[in-house]
Amino acid sequence: MQERHQLGEEAITRELFRPLVSTPAMMWVGFIGLGAVLAIFVFAVSWMVYWGLGVTGLHRPNMWGFMIVNFVFWIGISHAGVMISAILRLTQAEWRRPVTRAAEVMTIFSLMTAMLHPVIHTGRPWRTLYWVFPYDFWRNIWPDIRGPLVWDPSAILTYLTGSTLFLYTTLIPDMALARDRTTGWRHVLYTILALGWRGNERQWKMQTIAGFLLSGLILPVFVSVHSIVSWDFAVSLVPTWHATVFAPYFVIGAIHSGVSAVVTLMALMRWLFRFENYIRLEHFDAIGRLLIAVGTGWLWFFLLDIFFAIYPQEARELEIMQFRLFDWPFNVMTALIFIFGYFIPVPIWVFQRFRRNVKIMFWTSIAVNVGMWAERYWLIKPGLMRKYEWTFDWAWYRPSIVEISIIMGSFALVGFLLLVFSKIFPPISVWEEKEGVHFAQQLQVGKRRVNAVIREF
Amino acid sequence: MPRWGMVIDLDRCTGCGACVVACQAENNVPINTEDVYHQRRAIEWIRLERYWEGEYPDIKARYIPVPCMHCENAPCEPVCPVYATYHTSEGINMQVYNRCIGTRYCSINCQWHVRFFNFWEPKWPDSLKNQLNPNVTVRSRGVMEKCTFCIQRVVKAEHQAKLEGRELQADEFTTACAQACPAEAIVFGDLDNPNSRVAQLVNSAVNERGYRLLEDLGTEPSVYYLKKVDPEAPVEEHSSHEG
Repeated sequence: MQERHQLGEEAITRELFRPLVSTPAMMWVGFIGLGAVLAIFVFAVSWMVYWGLGVTGLHRPNMWGFMIVNFVFWIGISHAGVMISAILRLTQAEWRRPVTRAAEVMTIFSLMTAMLHPVIHTGRPWRTLYWVFPYDFWRNIWPDIRGPLVWDPSAILTYLTGSTLFLYTTLIPDMALARDRTTGWRHVLYTILALGWRGNERQWKMQTIAGFLLSGLILPVFVSVHSIVSWDFAVSLVPTWHATVFAPYFVIGAIHSGVSAVVTLMALMRWLFRFENYIRLEHFDAIGRLLIAVGTGWLWFFLLDIFFAIYPQEARELEIMQFRLFDWPFNVMTALIFIFGYFIPVPIWVFQRFRRNVKIMFWTSIAVNVGMWAERYWLIKPGLMRKYEWTFDWAWYRPSIVEISIIMGSFALVGFLLLVFSKIFPPISVWEEKEGVHFAQQLQVGKRRVNAVIREF
Repeated sequence: MPRWGMVIDLDRCTGCGACVVACQAENNVPINTEDVYHQRRAIEWIRLERYWEGEYPDIKARYIPVPCMHCENAPCEPVCPVYATYHTSEGINMQVYNRCIGTRYCSINCQWHVRFFNFWEPKWPDSLKNQLNPNVTVRSRGVMEKCTFCIQRVVKAEHQAKLEGRELQADEFTTACAQACPAEAIVFGDLDNPNSRVAQLVNSAVNERGYRLLEDLGTEPSVYYLKKVDPEAPVEEHSSHEG
C-alpha cells in the first residue's frame, strides 16, 4: 500500500525548503489575485464601520446574517488542525506527517478570520474592542457570564492560544534547520524563532513530550469550541435553533468541512510546490477513507436534527421545518446540501481508484465545503425569517454587496495568509518527514517485502 | 416597591395609532421615513399590528398595540454579554445605551420583536431639534433601544413623592401611550397596588378575557391584553391571536 521513494535527508531538506527560496509563478498570481480581493475586503469593512450596519442587508427580524453564517463556517474549517495533527498524532497514524503543518496553520488563520466576523458585526466595533477585549474590570462593569457571547470568545481564544503553541512547538526544529542554512535578515529571524535549538537528546525529548501533551490537552478544547459556538444558537428561544442536538451536530459538521478543506489544501500544495514525493497518493487514499466515516456521521446528525424537530410535534418548530424543507428557495438548498455534502463526494470516495486521483479528490472536497456553507445558512437563517407568529415581521433576508465582499474577502484573507506563511516557514514539517523516513522499515513476509513502520514507544 | 405593568383592552382599541405617535414624541424615537420602512428598520417602541379576520367582503380589521412586554423572566437579558439590558427592582426591563455594543442577540432572542437597532445615525430636521425631550437620552448609531415604560416619568413621579414626603399614589402618572389613547384602551400602573386601575383590571380580567402574548413561552410578560368582544360572532373565533 505505502509506496515509498528512498529520499536522503539532504534531498528532503532541499525540496521542502524550496518554497522559501524560490517563488513559483503561480504564487505571484496568488499574491496579486488574493491581494486584490483583500483590498476590496478592507474597503468593505471600513465602509461598514464608517457608515454603520445600515449598509448591510440586515433588518428586523434578520438581525444576524451572512457574517454569522461565515463565522460558523470558518470555525468549522479550523477544526481540521486538531483533528489531523492532535488526534492522528495520538493514534500514531503515519499518514498524518505531510499534512500536520498545513492543517495547523489553516486552523490558526481560519480562527483569526472567524474571530474578525463577530467583532465587525457589532453595532459599535470600537466599543467591542475597547471594552470587551480586554474587559475593564476596574469600573466594576462585569461581563454577563450567563450569556453564550461570553463563553464563545473564551472558548475560541483558548483554542487559538492552544493551537498556536502547538504549531510553534512543532516548528522549532525546522526553524533551527532554516537558521543554519540562511544569511542576512532571514538568519536573524530564524535564530530568534529557533529558541536556541541545538537538536540534542534533551531538547528532542522535551519537544516530543510537549507535542504529545499539547495534543492531549487540546482535545477537550476541540470538542468544546464548536459546541459552544452551537450554543450561541441553541440557548436562544428561536424555533429550530433551540435544539440539544446542536453541539455534537456542529462538531461533526466542523470535522467534515475541516478535513475536506485539508484535502483541498493538500492538492493545492502538491500542485503549487511540486511536493509529489511527500504528499503522495496514499495520503489522499487515507484521508478519503477518514472522510467517508466523518461524512456519514455528519449525515446521521443532519437527519437527527430534522427528526428531533418533528418528534416533539411542536407547531412552531414543525412550521419552520416545513418552510425550510419544502418552500422555495430552501427546498433547493436542502437538495444542494444533501447532494454536495454527501451524495456526490461519499460514493466517489468509496472507490480507491478515485481516492487516488488528486483532481477528483480536489473537486469533491470543494463540493463538501459548498454544501457545508449552504448547511450553515440553512440552519441559521430560516428560523430568524419566520421566528414567531408575528406575520407582519416575517421577512426575507437579502445580503448587500458589502456583506458579499466581506464573505469573499474572508476566503482571500485565509488564502493570502497561507501563502505568506509558506513563504517564510516550510509548509511541510521537515523533521516529521525525516522521522517518518527513519521509522520506515521493510519486512520480509514469505516471498514479499512489505512496508512497515517500527516505533520504540 | 411597585411592580409596573400595563393592560391593553383590545375591545376599546380603535387602531388610531395615537400611542405610536405619542411614544415617538416622548422618547426621542428617530423619525421613520418611507425609506426606513422599506428597509424594515423602522423604530417604533410601541407598534400597531393589524390583522384581517374573515374573507372579503365580510372582513374585519383587528389591531394589537405591541409595546415591550417587560417580561419578569426576560429572554433578552441573559444573552447580553455586557449587561446592557437588565431588570430593575421595579420590574422594568431596561436598556443601558452606553454599555450596549450592538451584538443584537437580545433582539434575536426577543420573540415579540420589540427591541430595535439603530442601523443609521438618527437625524432630526433643524425645525424639530428643539422638540426633543430633554429627559430622554438621544441614542446613537449601533445601539439597541426599546420601550422603557417611560422611565423618565416613573422617576419624576417617585422623586416628587419623595420630596413631598409621601407614598406614591395609585395612578398618579401614566405613560405617554396611555395618556394619548383617546379610547383609554391602555392602562398603566402598579400591579402590586390593589387600588390601581391596572391591578383591578388584571384581577377581574384573568378569568374572563385577559391573556398575555406568547404566554406559553413562560417569560411572564407584564403586559396584559383584554380580548376583543364581538357581539356578532361566537366567542371561540377570536382566540386565534392568543399566545
